[in-house]
Amino acid sequence: MPITLTINGTRTRITAHPMTRLLDVLREDCGLTGTKEGCGEGECGACTVLLDGVPVNSCLVPLAQADGTHVATIEGLRGRHPLQRAFVEHGGAQCGICTPGMIMAAVALGRKPSMDAMRVGLAGNLCRCTGYWAIYRSIRSAAGASKR
Amino acid sequence: MRAVGRNVLRKDGVSKVTGAARYIDDLTFPNLLYGRTIRSTIPAGEIAGVHLNFDTAGFTIVDYRDIAGRNIVALIEDDQPCLAEREIRHVAEPILLLAHADRERLLAADVQIDYRASTPNYDPAASAITFKTITIDKGDLDRGFAAADRIVEGEYRVGHQEQLYIEPNGVIAVPGPDGPGGDEGGIVIYGSMQCPYYVHRAITVLLDLPDDHVRIIQTETGGGFGGKEEYPSMIAGHAALLARKARRPVKIIYDRVEDMLATTKRHPGIIRHRTGVTRDGRLTAMEIDVLLDGGAYATLSAVVLSRGVIHASGPYRCDHIRVRGRATMTNTPPNGAFRGFGAPQTQFATEVHMDRIADALGLDPVRVRDINALRPGDTTATGQRLGRDCSARQVLREAVARTDFTRRRKALAGSNRGIGLSLFFHGSGFTGGGEVKLASKAALALTERGARILVASTEIGQGTRTMHAQIVADTLGVPYDCIDVNAADTGEVPNSGPTVASRTCMIVGRILQRCAEDMRARLGAMTPRQYLRAHGPLVVTKEYEKPSDITWDDSSYRGDAYGSYGWACDVVEVEVDRDTWQATPVAFTTVHEIGKAIHPMLAKGQIEGGSAQGIGYALIEEVVMRDGRMANGQLTNYTIPTTLDTPAIEVVMLENPYKHGPFGAKGVGEMPIDGPAPAVINALRHAGFDLREIPATPEKIMRARSASPEQRRPSAERESLRSSARSGSELGVGPQRAK
Ligand code: FES
Ligand code: FES
Repeated sequence: MPITLTINGTRTRITAHPMTRLLDVLREDCGLTGTKEGCGEGECGACTVLLDGVPVNSCLVPLAQADGTHVATIEGLRGRHPLQRAFVEHGGAQCGICTPGMIMAAVALGRKPSMDAMRVGLAGNLCRCTGYWAIYRSIRSAAGASKR
Repeated sequence: MRAVGRNVLRKDGVSKVTGAARYIDDLTFPNLLYGRTIRSTIPAGEIAGVHLNFDTAGFTIVDYRDIAGRNIVALIEDDQPCLAEREIRHVAEPILLLAHADRERLLAADVQIDYRASTPNYDPAASAITFKTITIDKGDLDRGFAAADRIVEGEYRVGHQEQLYIEPNGVIAVPGPDGPGGDEGGIVIYGSMQCPYYVHRAITVLLDLPDDHVRIIQTETGGGFGGKEEYPSMIAGHAALLARKARRPVKIIYDRVEDMLATTKRHPGIIRHRTGVTRDGRLTAMEIDVLLDGGAYATLSAVVLSRGVIHASGPYRCDHIRVRGRATMTNTPPNGAFRGFGAPQTQFATEVHMDRIADALGLDPVRVRDINALRPGDTTATGQRLGRDCSARQVLREAVARTDFTRRRKALAGSNRGIGLSLFFHGSGFTGGGEVKLASKAALALTERGARILVASTEIGQGTRTMHAQIVADTLGVPYDCIDVNAADTGEVPNSGPTVASRTCMIVGRILQRCAEDMRARLGAMTPRQYLRAHGPLVVTKEYEKPSDITWDDSSYRGDAYGSYGWACDVVEVEVDRDTWQATPVAFTTVHEIGKAIHPMLAKGQIEGGSAQGIGYALIEEVVMRDGRMANGQLTNYTIPTTLDTPAIEVVMLENPYKHGPFGAKGVGEMPIDGPAPAVINALRHAGFDLREIPATPEKIMRARSASPEQRRPSAERESLRSSARSGSELGVGPQRAK
């Protein structure tokens, strides 16, 4: 039975097994390869997308569970989100494999997240390259909170 | 405006933040098959039989008999088969390859392997096979010990560490006719990797193909840290074998578990120090024994050991040094390259030992380091005379001043917190004659608006493309935006050597700079466009040229081990929870002298990221080996630092130019990981936990507590020194031991 969901603002009908991982639907059925797989076990956050505005690990979400929801991926930001520019300017992306998930998780933090909100909110997103501080600086700069 | 020294936008920034960057798993090809590797489940023995308990229709199946060339992963020793024939030396050794268009069917295929098991050995000290031994001799050890007032001994242990790039290993092999060599069966391999030309060589040997029939193209690479230095040759070989047999493209992407179980890790090690010191803290003799566990095959163990032993005496002056190093075989998956490459292991031991020396003498840890730190004009263990680009004391003094170390140390005494430091250095480029042997090439092609960089150096997150473009832009005298960077594609770029050993800026960057100098001279007053109109295409290629003041003798291990060294000092404050025995780093300061920061933000990114990895190495990253198999091969139970585990990292960069580096630059990629572990352990020691081993997990911290006084007042060994100091003359009679 086809499942209908809204991906980056577009209503989409997907015909696939209801237990297919949302991650695979996005990457393979929809060609949205910006969402990455780092572990497939819900630990790294590289696959983070927003499901009705809430960050989820799309490797753990079966398609059935996404029925009728709004899914937002990195492609949906269209390169225009202030966080995207800030990650380039402040070294928030090195190898870049964690970056789409990290940015989506950062989007969910809202406008001006506190230091604590960033640390807790991004605790499920692993980055092996940056040591995280360049990511905080990027988010702060996007929020206009810091002029470093 | 000049680009060097400025934080220009990184070349790959936009594609990475928009999701447009193409990593290997983002690529697909018509008629693609998926590949799977069947691996051994025992650590030692022989294959007795292989049974395919599935319907093989539609499957491509490959074993060692399908290998047209030599069944090896060509690297240094050529001892590692690409597919096991009979002998099994470790768990997860590849035996059989399967490919199918349908992943479900592929995963469901049941292969049973029968074995004749033999007795495995997991103890590197008891191994019958030694991959490499190296001895460094300086001065006369006996004389050095005779001049000592005291001898301090210690044994230090470091465990495995997993690189844990967030993108697992993966490749796609595409056979001709799309490939080079057309129908004659060439092959193109796309993949996540650091060293396209390593893969290139391995594939020509494995498939017995001429060089021009093999083309390797690096795709955007989601982290490497050494983990994609040599391993990609293995997985590329597997995909290539399947693709050749199937005559279809084959994709192999490891899942996280397979990547952890099967691929290389940092070498575990046991390092022993026996050191002669004078009463006032001068080092008179250093005797160091380094044992590295190489795992089942040689891979890069010989070179890891080399860098390890050269860094084993730390950034210290001492006239009498002997370092003996050995890397041996055990029945665990092969260990290999990981950022730092032997230096984090040996400098961990040195720096923890230095604090124990300070304790044994009742001296301040800063003072002991300051007295002994290498100065310009001093010689290292290999007899390398250091020039003005030696900054050991500067980084130490800066770090101590910044953190108010000495006062802080007093203030924290007796609390749940401790503060510790480490002083360390890291040689840039290949060791000894390595760069001469590599004879790396780089090229620059003139374009309408500037130039295109042609190097095999890979962008793996560290900023290769950006930093190289900055060097070329300023040398050529054109804006940074006018420099393009070619993909690291062996069909298009010359062999610039591997992207390892902190050499991409200092060595390859310098070759590129020479290309740009030459190009600029040829352009004269013309713009690139005018030149192209008048003379046609221009490509300038240059090869590495050894600066004439560098000499090295490999047989005696004497001479200039590296063109230059970076210098650094870490200070860390650690808090111990006395209920859970968990140690938390709460403040971290690092001072790095790196010659010249071509791109300060990228350099800082290397230092922050490397420091975080070092903190993980120190405290939480533990590979549990059970019966030769990684028992915690999942991100759930092999943990790396998250946002919550990574303290604020204060980075201070100092610049003391290296005369042969581009704009004075030295290497920066690896050094940051050398220092955090000993600084953390020294901080724990200050808090009353005497550890000689990493990772310092809560269990080990708890045990260290029960073995040492609850609250740290002057330690037992200090007491004993004081009491013997009262009968002062005895001290001079002969060396005494502090355990
Ligand atoms: S891939 Fe989903 S959490 Fe790692
Ligand atoms: S940038 Fe490489 S993992 Fe985050």
